[in-house]
Amino acid sequence: MEQKTKVYAEEGKQDLFITREFDLPLPLLFKAYEDADLVEQWMGTKVLQLESKTQGSYRFETTDPKGNALTFRGVIHEFIPNKRIVRTFEMEKMPFGVQLELYAFEEVGGGKSKLEQHVIYQSVAHRDENLKWPFKQGLNGAHNRIQKILSNETK
Amino acid sequence: MKTRRDVFQALADPTRRAIIALLAASSMTPTAIAENFDSSRQTISKHLQILAECALLSPEQKGREIHYRLNPEGMKEVADFIEPFRVFWDDRFNKLESLMKKHQSKP
Repeated sequence: MEQKTKVYAEEGKQDLFITREFDLPLPLLFKAYEDADLVEQWMGTKVLQLESKTQGSYRFETTDPKGNALTFRGVIHEFIPNKRIVRTFEMEKMPFGVQLELYAFEEVGGGKSKLEQHVIYQSVAHRDENLKWPFKQGLNGAHNRIQKILSNETK
Repeated sequence: MKTRRDVFQALADPTRRAIIALLAASSMTPTAIAENFDSSRQTISKHLQILAECALLSPEQKGREIHYRLNPEGMKEVADFIEPFRVFWDDRFNKLESLMKKHQSKP
C-alpha cells in the first residue's frame, strides 16, 4: 500500500518536505487550517489565539504526556485562502529554534486535494533534532501510534 | 554513515523519486523507464546509476537486457530513520481528514 504521508529530508540540509494527499475537496482542507475550532480538534491543542490573515499570528497550547503545558506560537507572513500559508513556528522555552513553514494547498481533482509543507529550520542540527523528536517521545508516543496504525491496517 | 547520506541525496531529486514510484510496480529496462519522462535517455541513465550506487535499485540481467528493480533493503534504511516522524504527521493528517469528512456531511 502506498503511504499517504511522505517525508523528504535530504541529509545535510536544513529543510524538509512533508506531503499528503487528502480525500477532501480543497476548500475543506484549507478550512481545517483556518478555523480555530477545527484546528483544536485535529491538532489536539488549545488555540489561545489564531488570526488567519496576512500579518496575523497564532499561539497554541498543548499538554505533553507528563502533563506539562507546552506553548508554541508564530506570525503569519502570508495567508492566501485555498492556496498558501507562510508562517513561523517556535516552541516557547524549548531549544528547538524557530522555523519557517511554507504550506502549499492544491486541488488534485476527483474531490481530492494535496498539501505540501516545506519546513526550513535554523540549521542542519536544529532540523535533525526536530526529526528525532518523535523518537524521544519513546514508548508513550510515536511507538504507540505506530502500533495503533499497524494494527488498524491489518484488520 | 556514507551510505545514508547518499540515499538521501538520491531521493532529494524529484525525477529519481518518480523513478522509484514507477519501479514500485515492477522491474523495468532503462528504455522503458525513460519513456515515462521528458528527459533524455542519458539523463535517466545517470539517475539510474545514482539510485543503483546507493543501493535503492538493483540492476538484473534478464537475457540480453538489464532490468532495474527496487531494492527493499535500501529503501528500508531511509524509512527506519524518518518513520517515527512520518507516522507522527500521518496520524495528525488522518485526524484532520476524518474530522473534515464529518464536518462536510453535517447539514
